[in-house]
Amino acid sequence: MAGSPLLPAEDAPDRRDLAFLRFLARRLVAMVLTLFGASVLVFTVLNILPGSPAQVILGTQATPASVRELTIKLGLNQPLPLQYLHWIAGLLSLHLGNSYISGQPIAPELEAALAVTGPLVALGLLFGLAIAVPTGILSALRHRRASGAWLAAATQVGIAIPNFVLGILLIIVVAVDWRLLPASGFIPWSQSVGGALRSLVLPAISLGLVEGAILSRYVRTAILGVMRADYLRTARAKGLPAGRALVRHGVRNASVPVLTVLGLELSGLIIGAVVIEAVFTLPGVGSLLLSSVANRDLITVQDIVMLVATVVVVANLVVDLLYRIVDPRLEVGG
Amino acid sequence: MSLELGLHAAATRSTVRRLVGGSPSALFGGLVVGVILLVAVVAVFWTPYGPLTVSTGKELLPPSAAHLMGTDEYGRDVLSRLMSGTDLTLLSSLGAVLIAGLVGVPAGLLAASRRGAVGETIMRLADLVYSFPALLAAITLVAAFGASTVTATVAIGVASIPSFARVTRSAALPILASEYVQAARAYGRSPLAILRRHVLPNVAPFIIVQVSLLLSVTVLAVAALSYLGLGTPPPTATWGGMLENAQSYLYQDPLLAVWPGLAIAVSVLGFNALGDGLRDLLDPTLRGRS
Repeated sequence: MAGSPLLPAEDAPDRRDLAFLRFLARRLVAMVLTLFGASVLVFTVLNILPGSPAQVILGTQATPASVRELTIKLGLNQPLPLQYLHWIAGLLSLHLGNSYISGQPIAPELEAALAVTGPLVALGLLFGLAIAVPTGILSALRHRRASGAWLAAATQVGIAIPNFVLGILLIIVVAVDWRLLPASGFIPWSQSVGGALRSLVLPAISLGLVEGAILSRYVRTAILGVMRADYLRTARAKGLPAGRALVRHGVRNASVPVLTVLGLELSGLIIGAVVIEAVFTLPGVGSLLLSSVANRDLITVQDIVMLVATVVVVANLVVDLLYRIVDPRLEVGG
Repeated sequence: MSLELGLHAAATRSTVRRLVGGSPSALFGGLVVGVILLVAVVAVFWTPYGPLTVSTGKELLPPSAAHLMGTDEYGRDVLSRLMSGTDLTLLSSLGAVLIAGLVGVPAGLLAASRRGAVGETIMRLADLVYSFPALLAAITLVAAFGASTVTATVAIGVASIPSFARVTRSAALPILASEYVQAARAYGRSPLAILRRHVLPNVAPFIIVQVSLLLSVTVLAVAALSYLGLGTPPPTATWGGMLENAQSYLYQDPLLAVWPGLAIAVSVLGFNALGDGLRDLLDPTLRGRS
């Protein structure tokens, strides 16, 4: 926004909108390029090795003729660039193709898996925020007292406990000892909403606690920064009580750095879900990915990896946009 | 005389307090990492039992004097397996960090010193890799090349390159703009000599901090991959693999899962605390930030 201070004040919003649109366009182009690069990488890595998927599907007993026939049927005799284009064109028109192993379309299977993973990630995020915001604010407000230091140390420990270790500890205590919640498995939504939620409680806690602990430290730092700011002192001098001043003037300013981290946390949650689904044997996207890897169902692996990468990249873009909206002072283009 | 001695003692005390009080986090992390390294070195030469030695009739024993952490479902000594797993974890984690550093540091230096198209390209590539989560990259590589220690190490290493490149670049930029580098340039030193003599020594502390922080990430990733069955295949003892096995016996022997879980958590905590503490010592203005 070079030179904008020289412009009359009423012109500024217009320029700002334009700059925002330019920023948006640039970020969108960067996102498409990133996803294109990722898709080429994933496709190359998964198709570079010799060894025919047709052979894998038919097993070692298959005759060479039947392997050849299936190779042609799957389009695997075409040159790799053509296969890539075919795959990408399919993804863009939401045709994910058929599994190499079962021969069934991948899309419905993935949809069913998303009905588990989506709510799991959402609950995990909710739980993480429910931990991060209060503990972060509390440990900032009490940073000169022992209780604040203890809280900060506790988040440090929380960060170090990997989600899958926490998941197993929770299973030992809550599921095995207390028999409060199921240790593993999933009751489908169609069968019982309450049952489905019950089977997601422990996984969501394991997923959210670590991310919440990380986030809590950023909330603490952000609030500490805001508490030292001049405008907060002014607000206090005006006579606003500390809590009210923080809510009125502090929260918006503190939310900027926290939002950035939230974007990173979101990708952490999505990847963490892959592991957590394995811990609690939930039939989600992660389990589908891992079983496809085990079965060498490479087309399903390709599809899911791209799906996850896309979600992560889009999530980061959305956070970046929110970031601009919360703090319009940020220089556009950076 | 006694006053002088008293002053001297007070000064010494305050120096000690400053060093230790400067970063309790670095002290704690250093101690934990030291113990882990010690265990790893000992495990190379000696473990109480063979980590793969199966003994029938001794399955799932509780901790005792003979087996301090009990035995697993094949009667193998848990402590021995945990110790031998320490070696594998450290080797794999250090290997990954080495790959990341050997590529990332030169890339970051290059991006800082050639700020045109070359630098821009490097940082865009770093962004591309960065947007691709490490675990996802590892799963993709395993799908293509099969599960092994090498695949897991390389995957985690490659995924960690961008963090080194970024740290190196942002630490090198202010040094490259400093007056003494300008002087060296005016003096006619070659860009490579400037990087080696002036930039690298000043960037080194930041790289060391990054190594420690990254080790906590790679230890976690190595454990997660072996837990998922995508790392070193059994029967080799890995922390993640031990955890995965123990999960089948949670009702009979929950302790079996606690040991490897504790090992993973303590290692992550140790490397993380050491890196955080070193960063605080390095740059006191950053203290209290995360």
